[in-house]
Amino acid sequence: MGFLAATGRAFLIFLEATGKLGLFTATALSHCVRPPLYPRQILRQMIDIGYYSLPVVGLTALFTGMVLALQSYSGFSRFQAEGAIATVVALSVTRELGPVLGGLMVAGRIGAAMAAEIGTMRVTEQIDALSTLSTNPFKYLVAPRLIAGLTMLPLLVLVADIIGVFGGFLVGVYRLDFNPASYISRTWEFLEPIDVISGLVKAAVFGFMVSLMGCYHGYHSRGGAQGVGAATTNAVVSASILILVWNYLITGIFFSTK
Amino acid sequence: MSQVPPAHPPKIALKNVHKAFGSKVVLNGIDLEVGRGESLVVIGGSGTGKSVMLKCVLGLLSPDSGSIRVDGEETTKLRPREREKLLHKFGMLFQGAALFDSLKVWENVAFGLIQGEHMPRAKAKDIAIAKMGAVGLGPEVGELFPSELSGGMQKRVGLARAIADEPEIIFFDEPTTGLDPIMADVINELIVKCVKDLGATAVTITHDMASARKIADRVAMIYQGRIIWTGHANDIDNSGNPYVDQFVHGRGEGPIKMQVRAL
Repeated sequence: MGFLAATGRAFLIFLEATGKLGLFTATALSHCVRPPLYPRQILRQMIDIGYYSLPVVGLTALFTGMVLALQSYSGFSRFQAEGAIATVVALSVTRELGPVLGGLMVAGRIGAAMAAEIGTMRVTEQIDALSTLSTNPFKYLVAPRLIAGLTMLPLLVLVADIIGVFGGFLVGVYRLDFNPASYISRTWEFLEPIDVISGLVKAAVFGFMVSLMGCYHGYHSRGGAQGVGAATTNAVVSASILILVWNYLITGIFFSTK
Repeated sequence: MSQVPPAHPPKIALKNVHKAFGSKVVLNGIDLEVGRGESLVVIGGSGTGKSVMLKCVLGLLSPDSGSIRVDGEETTKLRPREREKLLHKFGMLFQGAALFDSLKVWENVAFGLIQGEHMPRAKAKDIAIAKMGAVGLGPEVGELFPSELSGGMQKRVGLARAIADEPEIIFFDEPTTGLDPIMADVINELIVKCVKDLGATAVTITHDMASARKIADRVAMIYQGRIIWTGHANDIDNSGNPYVDQFVHGRGEGPIKMQVRAL
C-alpha cells in the first residue's frame, strides 16, 4: 500500500506542476501579444541573449565543425568516402549540432542567469514591488525574455551554422589537404534550404524553452539563497532536457516522411 | 474614528478575512477598518500574519474567504486589469526596501511614473529628484545604484518611490527593522511628514514600539490571525488587555507563547 500511495503522490505532484507550468505559459504568452510592451526591456534582453552569447556559441560551433571533419575523415576513409566530409559537416551542423549545442550553451548561460535574477527579485520582494507600482511582472519581466529568446536564438544559430561549416573547412583544407574550392562546392552541393530552416525552427523553440524555464523557476523560487540556487539548477536541467526532447519531436515532424 | 465624516465609507475595510497556506491557518477572521486620512499601526509578533494581511489587501495574495473593501468597493474578486488600476491608489515601502538593483536610484523612484503612468522620462526624473529631496536625498544620489547605498538610505529611496505618484494609501512593512535607533527615528519622522503632506491613509506593520508610538493615530494588535485589540495610540499603555500589555512592555512571560515555526 505504501508503494501505491507514493506512486499516486508523485503522479499528483507531476500533474500539479504540469498545470502550473501550463498556466504560467498561457499567461506569459498572452502578455507577449497584448500591449503595452516594454521595448527597452526587450532590447536589453535581446542584447544579453543575442550579442553576449556570440563568443561562447561561436566557439562551440567552431570546434564542433572542426572535430566533425576530423572524425568523419577517420571514419569515412575506411571505405574511401572522404569526399562526403564537406556534406556531412554541413548537414550535421545546420540540422542538429548548431541548434542543439547552441541551445544547450545558451541554456547554461542565459537560463541560469534569468532564474537567478528573477528568483532574487522574488525573494527580495522586488516582484511584489513591481505590482504595487502598477506594473505587471509578467509583462515587464517574463514577456521581454520570451520574445528575446524566441527571436535571438535563430540568429545565433545562423551565425553558428556559418562558423561551424567554416571550422570544418579549416580542418578539411589545412589538416586534411582538401582543395578549398572543391570543399566549398561540396558543401553547397547537397545542402537544401530545409536543412537550414529546420535548424532555425528548432532554435526558435529552444530559445523559447530556455527563457520559459528560466522565468518559470525564478518566478516560483522560495526561501532565500537556497531557493534561488535550486531554481537556477532546475532551470538549466529542465531547459536542457526539453531541448533534447523537442529536438527529437521537431526532427520527426520535418523529416519523418522522407 | 470620530474625524471620519459618516457619509464616507472607511478607506479600507476587512471583514472576516481568512487565509491558510496548506493546513497552516495564518489569517483567522480578520476584522479591521481604517478611516480616511488615518494612520493605523498594526503591532504583533513575527509570524502572526501581519505581512500576509497587507499582501491580501494589495492582491498579491488572494484571501480564502471574507471581504476586503477599498473606498467601499469590493476588491477580492477584481480582474487583473481592474486590480492594476486600483493599485494606482497604493504605495508601499517594503521591509527590505525592494529596490530594483538593475536601475539607478532616480529610475527606481520614477518607476511608477514612467512604467505605470507612462510619463516622459525627463519629466519623471524632475519629479523623482523633488521626491528624493522630500526624504532628504540630494540629486547626486539619483545617479547611484541601490547596492551602493546603506540600509537607511535604501529605506529613504523606498519611501521616495512609495510616495512618488502621490498615492491615497501607503503601506509600511516594518519600516525601521534593521536600522540603528537614530536612523529609525529619522525614518519615522519622514513617514509622519510624508503621510501628512500627502493627506494619505497609512497602514504600518511593525513590532518596534517606539516607531508605533511615533506614527500611530490608532493601534491594532494582531495575534494568531485575529485582531485582538484596537484603540487610540495614547491608550496603548493602559489597554487592559494582557496580550497587548505583554507585547508593549516586551515581557518574555505572559499569555503569548513563542511561535517556533515560520508561517
